[in-house]
Amino acid sequence: MNEPIDKSISEAIWQSGNNAGWRGYLRSDGRKGIRNIILVVYTVECASHVAHSIGNGEQDVHVIGFPGCYDNQYAIRMILALGRHPNIGAVLTVGLGCEYTQPSKIAQSVRESGRPADSFFIQENGGTATSIALGKQKISQLRAEMDIQVQLVPMSWSDLVVGSECGGSDGTSGLAGNPVVGAFFDLLVDRGGTAIFEEIVEMIGLRPILDARGATPQASEQLRNAYDKTDRYCREVRQYSVAPGNFAGGLTTIEEKSMGAFAKSGSRPIQGVIRVAERPPHNGLWLLDSVPDAHFMQFGYTNPNDTEGIMDLICAGSQIILFVTGRGSVIGSAVSPLIKVTGNSITYNRMKDDMDFNAGRILSGEITLPAAAEELAALVRAVATGQLTKPEALGHREYFLMYKHQDTPALEAGCHA
Amino acid sequence: MTVSTPPATQPPVAFQIGADDNVATLLVNAEPGPVIVRGSTGERQITASEPIENSHKIAIAPIAEDADVIKFGVVIGAATRAIAQGEWVHLHNCRSRLDERSNAFDVHTGVPEDISYE
Repeated sequence: MNEPIDKSISEAIWQSGNNAGWRGYLRSDGRKGIRNIILVVYTVECASHVAHSIGNGEQDVHVIGFPGCYDNQYAIRMILALGRHPNIGAVLTVGLGCEYTQPSKIAQSVRESGRPADSFFIQENGGTATSIALGKQKISQLRAEMDIQVQLVPMSWSDLVVGSECGGSDGTSGLAGNPVVGAFFDLLVDRGGTAIFEEIVEMIGLRPILDARGATPQASEQLRNAYDKTDRYCREVRQYSVAPGNFAGGLTTIEEKSMGAFAKSGSRPIQGVIRVAERPPHNGLWLLDSVPDAHFMQFGYTNPNDTEGIMDLICAGSQIILFVTGRGSVIGSAVSPLIKVTGNSITYNRMKDDMDFNAGRILSGEITLPAAAEELAALVRAVATGQLTKPEALGHREYFLMYKHQDTPALEAGCHA
Repeated sequence: MTVSTPPATQPPVAFQIGADDNVATLLVNAEPGPVIVRGSTGERQITASEPIENSHKIAIAPIAEDADVIKFGVVIGAATRAIAQGEWVHLHNCRSRLDERSNAFDVHTGVPEDISYE
């Protein structure tokens, strides 16, 4: 599903002036990472303390995990997508020993992607202290292997996948925060990159607009189908994604909230719809559908919290996430750096240590929307070259994996039509 | 969201997104009186006929009963009665064309009033 990299194009972009490229970590599937992280994965909540203790004090080690003892295909797809993410260089999986989810199978899958990986069960290696010591020893072995393999290559906008999400929205999000992300997405797509947006529950009321944005008749059909499923979902759970706080804050209808959220998508044609743990089949702008499919158990909520949506975007291969918040938020993320954008200058000044970009300047007339988008592009490029985002520097490494059901094929099967 | 009231000498600003929008969004609290409408079509002044809170909408053109309320250049709802330029546009005079509960919320707090707690 990945097209071979055209080295000549890559080199040409690398050499061209103001869009000059940078260096990234080449992975065996042709994708490139902007970070080289060792991922520790626990396969049940019982192993979480040991996993986090293994990661403590280690450079560039992130910890994620799945809390359930009983496994779930959707969650396994996510773990594999994260273990084989371009920002990940090696993986250590840690299980307790009696859970359904299998650490050794995850490690095997990751090794097949060309990355060093190892696994162990706590029950087979003594208790807490001995398991932490063993894990740290394995981390240093994995790091040594990873350092030998590391291949830094030219990277450009066309290698970049950026996801966008919003949370803690206020009146400025639809006016400045989301539009600046949309205008940046236009720049990214025009430069050959890939942009992913989600939150279909906040597209209710926009069916004709989605339909018209499809790049091809097939893309429009995917968009209509995704919309109709979401519309059924909202009617069946009898809830639209608009709350009393939104009304008090000045939003009057779900249509109004939807359009404010949809502004994140910019204006370029939408190439199609991907599902959770699927990668975009080619570059351009994509919609990610994280709404559960109809299932006999009817389980799974769309986006129980902001971090869940961020993980969906990272599982699609996003190396960077743009997170728009008006009221302010203090989350970050494991695996891919989060860039925090606010459209509210008051929030920006109150939470300066957490906020990366102040789009509120558009509303005060200090800067135009196109100029702000160029400035955001420069920040994205700086982060891609290694500059830490505010959440990264503060040590934020949030993650969230949960049970859900989607009729998604295996990763290898490619995009769901 | 934090609200603020500007000094009386500076009229409050409302931000208009689409050129064809018939509502704009206040960036600060507004009292009855002049309001600057800023946006893609430049700046102009209109008159607010009632107090309107920060982040809420002001009608920048007259809107007939059942006509579309337009923001971002798209339909965000329908007017439930005729709305004059300068009026506050919210749950009391605008409803969703999709969400059947749209008219069931308190206009100031957004709290639902269609659920019994007795």
